[in-house]
Amino acid sequence: MPNPRPDARGPRIGVFVCHCGKNIAGTVDVERVVEALARYPGVAYAARHEYMCSDPGQDVIKRAIKDHRLTGVVVAACSPTMHETTFRAAAEDAGLNPYLLEIANIREGCSWVHDGPETTEKAIRITRAAVEKVKGNHPLTPIEVGHAEKCLVIGGGVSGIQAALDIANAGFEVLLVERSPSIGGRMAQLSETFPTLDCSQCILTPKMVEAARHPRIRLLTYSEVESVTGYLGNYRVVIRKKPTYVDPDKCNLCGDCAKVCPVKVPDEFNRGLSSRAAIYVPFPQAVPSSYTLDEQNCLGLNPLRCGECAKVCTVGAINYDMREEWIEEDVGAIVVATGYDLYGKEKMAEYGAGTVPDVIDALEFERILSAGGPTRGEIRRPSDGKVPKEVVFIQCSGSRDPELHKPYCSKICCMYTAKHALLYRHNVHDGTAYVFYIDIRAGGKEYEEFVVRAMEDERILYLRGKVAKVYRDGDKVIVWGVDTLTGKRIEVAADLVVLAQAMVPSAGTEELARKLHIACGGEGFLKEAHPKLRPLEALTAGIFLAGAAHGPKDIPEAVAQGSGAAAKAIAILSAPTLTHSPEVAEVDEDLCSGCAVCVPQCPYGAITPGDVAQVNELLCEGCGTCVAACPSGAMRMRNQTDDQVKRMIRVALGEPVGVGRG
Amino acid sequence: MAEAFEPKIVAFLCRWCAGAGADLAGTSRLHYPPNAIPIRVNCSGRVDMEWVVEAFRSGADGVLIGGCHPGDCHYVSGNYKTRRRVYLLRKVLSEMGIEPERVRLEWVSATEGAKFARVMREFVAELKGLGPLHLEAAERPAEPIAARERV
Ligand SMILES: Cc1cc2nc3c(=O)[nH]c(=O)nc-3n(C[C@H](O)[C@H](O)[C@H](O)COP(=O)(O)OP(=O)(O)OC[C@H]3O[C@@H](n4cnc5c(N)ncnc54)[C@H](O)[C@@H]3O)c2cc1C
Ligand code: SF4
Ligand code: SF4
Ligand code: FES
Repeated sequence: MPNPRPDARGPRIGVFVCHCGKNIAGTVDVERVVEALARYPGVAYAARHEYMCSDPGQDVIKRAIKDHRLTGVVVAACSPTMHETTFRAAAEDAGLNPYLLEIANIREGCSWVHDGPETTEKAIRITRAAVEKVKGNHPLTPIEVGHAEKCLVIGGGVSGIQAALDIANAGFEVLLVERSPSIGGRMAQLSETFPTLDCSQCILTPKMVEAARHPRIRLLTYSEVESVTGYLGNYRVVIRKKPTYVDPDKCNLCGDCAKVCPVKVPDEFNRGLSSRAAIYVPFPQAVPSSYTLDEQNCLGLNPLRCGECAKVCTVGAINYDMREEWIEEDVGAIVVATGYDLYGKEKMAEYGAGTVPDVIDALEFERILSAGGPTRGEIRRPSDGKVPKEVVFIQCSGSRDPELHKPYCSKICCMYTAKHALLYRHNVHDGTAYVFYIDIRAGGKEYEEFVVRAMEDERILYLRGKVAKVYRDGDKVIVWGVDTLTGKRIEVAADLVVLAQAMVPSAGTEELARKLHIACGGEGFLKEAHPKLRPLEALTAGIFLAGAAHGPKDIPEAVAQGSGAAAKAIAILSAPTLTHSPEVAEVDEDLCSGCAVCVPQCPYGAITPGDVAQVNELLCEGCGTCVAACPSGAMRMRNQTDDQVKRMIRVALGEPVGVGRG
Repeated sequence: MAEAFEPKIVAFLCRWCAGAGADLAGTSRLHYPPNAIPIRVNCSGRVDMEWVVEAFRSGADGVLIGGCHPGDCHYVSGNYKTRRRVYLLRKVLSEMGIEPERVRLEWVSATEGAKFARVMREFVAELKGLGPLHLEAAERPAEPIAARERV
């Protein structure tokens, strides 16, 4: 209904109230809302519709914008998260700047949570407040930004490799940063993979080589991200590449250097089950294929102190004068795929706190099973090299234990434990495997069938229950548990115990997240923007998550997420230009005293102090924290000024509107 | 006969957490009293303490500020700033004889629809206990400069 007294020169706001079938109209007297708003100052037209978001509903708005020359629109309907975009697009179609349209949420925040006549009164107050906001809004245009066409991928596990390959194959340059000497990640350490039992390295190494050879992928191994500044489409990253003291182009992997190196340290790749020299290659198929001199353990990087390796290197690949390199690049998007670690077995006091040599974690067992591992794939236990005849596998070790350890399920341990027990039985035909489990979770393609196969092996005994204690007794490891299905106490004198330790984020994940301005959840895994609808995105625009850094995952999921994150990154890299919301902070230079109170408020470093402060509108995310802190009223939020909000407050609280309590 | 006292509330809700939590209370049809008019902000850090004062001046009996849990702010740290500002504002309010409980700061995540509804119920009950806020013209707070942060 047109307002009988519209001011020709003042604002001409249109108000459109939605019934949402019975969702709103069931408790809100929509007709009265329309009447009350039609009489409200500044409103030129008010109408209602059964479903405002339907095409005919949107047409009502579009027609009114033209017919009544509206200068602003309020749609009183569902939450703005539902249809703000829909209605703003409709307004734009009809020639009204989309930032002159606001939503009054009278459904989620009103009709669905109240009944009685106050519901209508509240709907009127909410809608009037929105009208006050629109009166103060200005037409805005999204800010256009150019962007870099390169992508940074952090972490060279299978997930990061997949992301890098997909992005590079789409035609964009990739920087793949891996902090260890080789790409490959945890998958390179695995023996065979469930549920198909194909050899992990055999399926991984072709991808590693493809990444290394790809003309558009620049591999930066032994490197870490030092700093990240900038914003979506225009991140400036600084990467530190540590010196390896070996020229990878010259090194031919002959290994003569390692033979003469007098140093022996535990080999990380074999989880300490063997040792390596200070100059080493983590595994034969490492990419790049080169030795690395670990300066921490080297006797001195100096021919006077030792220099043995350089003496024997016939190709002259070793260079003690190599220095760290700093690499600075502009990238448009970032994929974070930094993977996982296992929760330390030293934290398992109940299972010997890491002091019993024959109580090992699952990755140690993967190394023992691996043909290239410390036992050449023969199953021998660490203490005395004997073939273990009784092996106990403990699932959920450190997982699903909110009191002492991690509350969550690590998701893949049921699967790899079944794999471990099967592979053990394939190797040791007269051996017996016990698996202690709480539940079996095998919800993947052909996973259940795989576990059933393990359970049907009569020498793999699945026992439902928790292990209370593990301790050493002579050359045996005693395992005390309860079978909760029969209620019987069980004691096994085992030769080897394998703990399916919880998966935790890689060391340093939180520190990296801080550099990237992205969040970690309670357990330290990287946090997605929305658990259901935006699982690949970090909350900071242009940063995507892949693989086990985001939560426990198996290989297919880590690869799928790597491809998904790549697709998201490609959408940015291939866009002609990007847009940034114009609803950001700005400084009124006449009012600013240059006090710089605002500067430290900004989590993005968007404000530069000076005679008057300046906001970089591309860095500003529009949180408004600086605005609330400015003592001079100089810092303003576009389309949400203090003035607008104060009017909204007054109207929200204003005189009763003649329904309900009035 | 005098009507029962119904407190008036303004609720500033950040869009990412508390606002989303309020939406979830809606989708889950969790009923709560209709006393609060919500005003959506990007971040609880946007809430200027002057707004709170403005609300009291305009007849509010209570003000709710809803943000993300510590560590969860969409803009990293806005909620920490808010927490400090509210702390200072409460001190100023109590010096002026206004019960500091009339300003309530709550962390509500996007999944805590039930918490949002509970907070609304509790706050309304608490304000009913406190009774209406009577602001005499003379007592009206001046600009709350003291509640601002200084570097
Ligand atoms: C015992 C065991 C057995 C398993 N068996 C199977 C199986 O049979 N089948 C299966 O599907 N899955 C299996 N998995 C799971 C599999 O290991 C993971 O799904 C997979 O490795 C995840 O890959 P990713 O790339 O996400 O992480 P990762 O493999 O952990 O790779 C992450 C990479 O990032 C690097 N990195 C970390 N931090 C940084 C940083 N700050 N800067 C730069 N680089 C960094 C790391 O060095 C590493 O190279 C098993 C897991 C375990 C523990
Ligand atoms: S706080 Fe306000 S007055 Fe001070 S520098 Fe920032 S914008 Fe200027
Ligand atoms: S609104 Fe937030 S992001 Fe923008 S300049 Fe102010 S503090 Fe920084
Ligand atoms: S976004 Fe919710 S408090 Fe900052």
